[in-house]
Amino acid sequence: MGGLIKSSIARKVAMALSGLFLVFFLLQHFTINFTSIFSADTFNELSHFMGTNPLVQFVLQPVLIFGVVFHFVMGFVLEIKNKNARAIKYAKYNGGANASWMSRNMIYSGLVILAFLGLHFYDFWVPEIVHKYVEFAPEDPTRYYSELLHKFESPIRTGLYALSFVFLALHLWHGFASSFQSVGFNNKYSIAATKFAKAFAIVIPVGFIIIAIVLHFTH
Amino acid sequence: MNLTLKIWRQSDANSKGKLVDYKISGIEGDMSFLEMLDVLNEDLINKGEEPVVFDHDCREGICGACSLQINGEPHGPDRLITTCQLHMRKFNDGDTIYIEPFRAKAFPVVKDLMVDRSSFERIQQAGGYISVNTSGNTQDANAIPIRKEDADEAMDAATCIGCGACVAACKNASAMLFTSAKVSQFALLPQGQVEATERVLAMVNQMDEEGFGNCTNTGACEIECPKGISLENIARMNREYLKASMKG
Repeated sequence: MGGLIKSSIARKVAMALSGLFLVFFLLQHFTINFTSIFSADTFNELSHFMGTNPLVQFVLQPVLIFGVVFHFVMGFVLEIKNKNARAIKYAKYNGGANASWMSRNMIYSGLVILAFLGLHFYDFWVPEIVHKYVEFAPEDPTRYYSELLHKFESPIRTGLYALSFVFLALHLWHGFASSFQSVGFNNKYSIAATKFAKAFAIVIPVGFIIIAIVLHFTH
Repeated sequence: MNLTLKIWRQSDANSKGKLVDYKISGIEGDMSFLEMLDVLNEDLINKGEEPVVFDHDCREGICGACSLQINGEPHGPDRLITTCQLHMRKFNDGDTIYIEPFRAKAFPVVKDLMVDRSSFERIQQAGGYISVNTSGNTQDANAIPIRKEDADEAMDAATCIGCGACVAACKNASAMLFTSAKVSQFALLPQGQVEATERVLAMVNQMDEEGFGNCTNTGACEIECPKGISLENIARMNREYLKASMKG
């Protein structure tokens, strides 16, 4: 993939665009999940639509998976290239003097998110695929909310989800606003756009944490 | 002021270097950092030891020759100055100061604290110029109307002295700030438009070939730049590059 996009600027634009795509997906995912804390029926309806609509299942879902894989693989490729650009490290490097922790540690917050995605796929995506395309089980449009509650029974799992969303917030705090700069957007509207991105980086992960906690205690 | 210096010593590009401790005393707060190194070198020469090699030239923050990673920051802890403008009053009696060369694969160490920054020259040579007949019939630049804001921004970009602090500060050793300043100083002016497409493609290509890292927008380069070159230049270069790529 590193060879596919050779120029450093093309790589950063590709990272930014795939990141922006994932941000958009996150907003959509959050919106559906948010309905679960006040209306089981609405959540079931929306989940049934997303789980059975052919456009979502066979077009958007593969695009999303490609977007996720691309963002992670390109992230690793860039990390390796960047490490190689400074073969001998500084004995003393005061990175905190000129850049935020979030911006300097995107690879680590990204790795936590990757581990979380493994757990999330194990919890929801894999059983869903098995249910629909391996076992060919009959569709019950009311099953989604009870499955969701069941997953948040465990306080450990709920805690792991909450912790992962903290790292998601750290990743978004730098990544979302940074993507504007990467695609060349830096003008009089940048301050407002950056404020929006920072607010998004806090509100959406905190919202996901609230959903996880509410579902845990609802059960 | 008595200080302990931990200085990178490396006899040549192919040797392995190491940090060597030196005790130095009688340093005045009004001395510049380079004058402090001059004092150290005089001591070393008097003792029959080899002096520490470091880059310097104008010693007034104009030429971009001096470098040095001081306590983990290029040009030391102060902002908007070069190492030659850094005064010893910024340090305290008894301090230990780490002094290392600017580190990047594209800036190989020549000796001790001196690095080879000719990779910057090659980026410039790839397109950091405009082709003008200078045989005596050059048009007066002031005859071409230029929007004041554009002229100011182009001038701001042109203040880059090519010292390499941006590369040294960046966790990825990226040269985006330098390259973008050199692209921007022409991208904003009518004289730069004729070769704009070739310029940005050639300069970015050369930057990549030199082995610099990728920009991850940490902003460290802008903070450490002695001339305050803005990150806006990187966004402009990205736009110029995308535009040029589409033109082919």
